Amino acid sequence: MSLPSKDLMAALAATRFGMGARPGEIDAARSDPKGFLADQVRREGADQPQGDGDSAATRFAAFADYRMERRAMRQEARAIKGEDGMKPIPLVDAKPGRDALQQAQKDAQRYLRDKTSDDFLSRAQLACDTPAGFRERWALFFANHFTVSATRQATAVMIGPFEREAIRPNVFGRFEDLLVASSTHPAMLTYLDQAQSIGPTSRAAGRGNNRRAGLNENLAREILELHTVGVDGGYAQADVTEFARALTGFSIGRAQDPDAGAFLFRTGAHEPGQRTILGARYAEDGEGQGLAVLKALANDRRTARHVCGKLARHFVADEPPPALVARLEKRWMDTGGRLDEVAQALVEAPEAWDPDAAKIKTPYEFVVSTWRAVGGRPEKIEKLNPILTSLNQKPFTPPSPKGWPEEAQAWASPDGLIKRMQWAQGFASAVADTRDPDALARSALGARLSEPTARAVARAETRREAFALLVMSPEFQRR
Amino acid sequence: MTAASPSPSRRSFLAAAASLGVAVSFVGRQAHAATGAKKLIVVVCRGGMDGMSVAPPVGDPDYAALRGAIAIKPEEVLKLDGTFGLHPSLTAVHALALKGQARIAPAIATPDRARSHFEAQDVLETGEAKVYGADSGWLNRTLQVMGPGRTEALSVGGTAPLILRGPVQAASWSPGKGVDETARLPTLLQDLYKGDALLGPAFARGLETEAMAQAAMTAMAPAPTTVQGMAPAMNAPAMNAPGGRPADNRQGREAARKLGSTLAGFMRQADGPQIAALSLDGFDTHAGQPGQIATRLAYLDAVLDGLHEGLGPDWKNTVVVAATEFGRTARVNGTGGTDHGTASTALVLGGALKPGGIIGDWPTLKDTALFENRDVAPTLDMRGLFKGVLVDHLGVERTAVERKVFADSAGANAVTGLV
Repeated sequence: MSLPSKDLMAALAATRFGMGARPGEIDAARSDPKGFLADQVRREGADQPQGDGDSAATRFAAFADYRMERRAMRQEARAIKGEDGMKPIPLVDAKPGRDALQQAQKDAQRYLRDKTSDDFLSRAQLACDTPAGFRERWALFFANHFTVSATRQATAVMIGPFEREAIRPNVFGRFEDLLVASSTHPAMLTYLDQAQSIGPTSRAAGRGNNRRAGLNENLAREILELHTVGVDGGYAQADVTEFARALTGFSIGRAQDPDAGAFLFRTGAHEPGQRTILGARYAEDGEGQGLAVLKALANDRRTARHVCGKLARHFVADEPPPALVARLEKRWMDTGGRLDEVAQALVEAPEAWDPDAAKIKTPYEFVVSTWRAVGGRPEKIEKLNPILTSLNQKPFTPPSPKGWPEEAQAWASPDGLIKRMQWAQGFASAVADTRDPDALARSALGARLSEPTARAVARAETRREAFALLVMSPEFQRR
Repeated sequence: MTAASPSPSRRSFLAAAASLGVAVSFVGRQAHAATGAKKLIVVVCRGGMDGMSVAPPVGDPDYAALRGAIAIKPEEVLKLDGTFGLHPSLTAVHALALKGQARIAPAIATPDRARSHFEAQDVLETGEAKVYGADSGWLNRTLQVMGPGRTEALSVGGTAPLILRGPVQAASWSPGKGVDETARLPTLLQDLYKGDALLGPAFARGLETEAMAQAAMTAMAPAPTTVQGMAPAMNAPAMNAPGGRPADNRQGREAARKLGSTLAGFMRQADGPQIAALSLDGFDTHAGQPGQIATRLAYLDAVLDGLHEGLGPDWKNTVVVAATEFGRTARVNGTGGTDHGTASTALVLGGALKPGGIIGDWPTLKDTALFENRDVAPTLDMRGLFKGVLVDHLGVERTAVERKVFADSAGANAVTGLV
């Protein structure tokens, strides 16, 4: 397979591998497009967004406070009505306390909402600003591979910390470390209900009337199905259940524990005994048992195949060339799942440089690349939230643990295209009047700019129309 | 905006409905959508709707004790028969029930017993016996077996739900600004997309659907002036705000009713869809259930009322089923709510419905009758109800329903005699 011209490769480097071209980016990549990408791969991981840098533990504590206040409010409300068999408290006596509680509750709500918004905004700003677009896209791929969604309140505030603590530092290290970091992070343990999972015959399960809820298979199932060997990985329900038993005890410290809000192994909740998962036996070893399963799964060839297939689908095509997947998989197996090596293999693979742009940008990619095209970035969450929500990619809210869809079909919906066009018109009215549309078209698309699009932009009646045409053109929508 | 464009306030109403967690989707077939064609609307109530609140079994001797403080009193319910009433929020449904145009299936469940939202919704929407049994929704497969014809799918305010996803290509629509038909941009873009096999057809369909939406909305009566200006407060909160409340009950109801009547407007058009799916979320009432469910059921009631009103003469050709992924525990929990359970109540409505009593048996709430000593026991498989509606109402061929739409459902007998 022969490679396209340097000019075209420079445009592909910025738009297919990266987050879209900022002015000057394609020029910077021109002399050595592969080197431009290879230089972005670094062992220490992806960039960290600016922002408060709160730890998951801090956010966990904030949410626990909020929950306590909410409970106090409810008790107060019952006391005022005289429920719970007590004499009603006259409203006039209860009012000052109630007002203070209400205010505290409002403040807590605002705090939680603002923190989540700030996390998302600072992440989008990084995506718009970074000169290392490939590094950011690589990080976003793994953030989506290990999806944690804000569909649950308690999880929302921990997604930012999850990406900062578990994902970004590990995306160019060994997959094993990334998998362990994700599977022991409080955000994941909350999102997939692991923190409450209790071994049915463990001490914590109790006896008789004190029996507490038992096993929760959610995390075990999703690790197998989504994070490691994949749905065709050859596991059965018994493997899921055994894995769930091995994972019991993986939990989060509560306020009274020494590591509040951090990973905590609860020996008392761990299901004792030897486990058999995918044919391999794991001796009883407390926390070590679950970790041993994770390590074995991370180094399983089926995991390499599953994740490399997803990488190829994400970067190149919904149905990627088998030769590309094989290359990535080989490098993975040769290096013990070193993700920096896999990233280099992707850059080196000729199949990844196919001139035909098969992928449609997700809404996030579209919006970010539009900002990048003008060298700007959003300064308020309101610049992102409405458009992403209306394009079905509400910030931090993928619909299921499977994450955002990958297929072009999912994003090129009729309504989605209309909404993209309307947004592009609005965006154009804010930015286009002071810019030269022909120059923008060249700097955003380089050699990918087609003759019909260049002509349409040149012939547009207004700069606004020209800009909207540029970002709605097939080559800008695709990558 | 052209003269045919809907008023901004109407758009805001629909956007508000979307922010309340109401999403509409529909799939239709032009060939069968002429006036008089049978219509089916499925309302998916997400989060695990408490069947014992939808139709409180106030005549069941164990009901009051199980529900304790959150039990609804016999004098509060909208009476249906000696055992059941409807929740006080369901006034429009009750009015239909009195005419024999609304019935309840009080102990219905999917085959899934995992009590996981994710799994149970998957099973409800794919129509399979097990989770991850299929990638397509059973409504989409229904269209496949109904044969060729131009098909349409449309979603409002959310991703197309699994129930209608599949090989039959889906269009989609959500309330936006409206397309300015005098602008050059759509035309220029159609030109640029000419050579693009994916973007070209999708964009063309988007423009068509937008035009259809405008026609559907202008066909409706103008919005009452009293509610204008409230819309901005109902916009979606910036993020998933903890405790963020979407508008108050009355505004929410109004928005939900508009959504129902807009969907009806789509369906009544000559080339409108025959089948629609709509979803309403927020039924996961683990705590403080009475207030929460009253609001959600009021929205459900308003959507159904809007559909009834909007379909007008086509109501007699329509069946609507409102169902949820699972019911909730029979006993109240420690936080004034209920936890994930098994059987729930489905509502079946429509002018095409035959009057009758409850659909399926009532297992009662005796300790020994509860499923795993905690949930209302299922007596009717959800797929049986859906199969009955497809065969008897839409006239879909029985063997195709058994083999292609609900494969692996031999144990779930189709409910007969509904229409």
